[in-house]
Amino acid sequence: MSSAAAKKARPKYLSLRALLLEIRLPLPGWVSILHRISGALLVFPFAAWLLYLLDASLASQAGFDHIRHYLDLPIAKLGLLVFIWAYCHHLCAGIRFLLLDINRGIELQSARRGALIVLVVSLALTAWIGVLIW
Amino acid sequence: MVNRVITGAHYGTRDWLAQRITAVIMVVYTLIVFVCMLGAKPITYGVWRDLFSQGWMRVATLLFAVSLAWHAWVGVRDILMDYIKPDGLRLALQVFTLLLLATYVAWTIQVLWR
Repeated sequence: MSSAAAKKARPKYLSLRALLLEIRLPLPGWVSILHRISGALLVFPFAAWLLYLLDASLASQAGFDHIRHYLDLPIAKLGLLVFIWAYCHHLCAGIRFLLLDINRGIELQSARRGALIVLVVSLALTAWIGVLIW
Repeated sequence: MVNRVITGAHYGTRDWLAQRITAVIMVVYTLIVFVCMLGAKPITYGVWRDLFSQGWMRVATLLFAVSLAWHAWVGVRDILMDYIKPDGLRLALQVFTLLLLATYVAWTIQVLWR
């Protein structure tokens, strides 16, 4: 064992500053951490929120109208937009991970290209669905 | 004769596979619902209620909810194991997650068969 390696303090804990400003993630790293963040957001609060919307909108005509008006509020629309992005990103990144599982797009160049495609397609889908529901 | 598998119980493989199978189920459901929504414009209360009163849609939605709960359990458990170091807090959050996901499934059943 080299003495240089032995002297390094292990384990190394990263400061928040280092995580945010000093570590530059490659694109597949961004797709990965965003997949995790979007997944957590989808479990809570978005799944609960959508179940509430489904519940109220299916209950009665009055409930349906109420949800219609509620979703016209800017804050509700913003929430819906964030949900749509989280869903699209999680879905696209998930499909990429399934392809990686069967050794598709696993080389450095194609992995980076795949990651870029996931980021761009999920943002484009969000914009498109956002326009559709406005 | 000692015949032990020293590499573990392989529940990791089961979780890994379950997460992927449930993912594919949810992708298929998403595409079906998306096409239904695109085809039915404008969406009135009647269209909305009729969509969710069909037997196949109720079963598909329940299948989606169960898939989501299973998929999310594997994912959230991974996140908690990675970031939450104190055992007691991690256990408490895992129990909370299970209760939350069970509530989602029960709520879905209540909404669909009312």
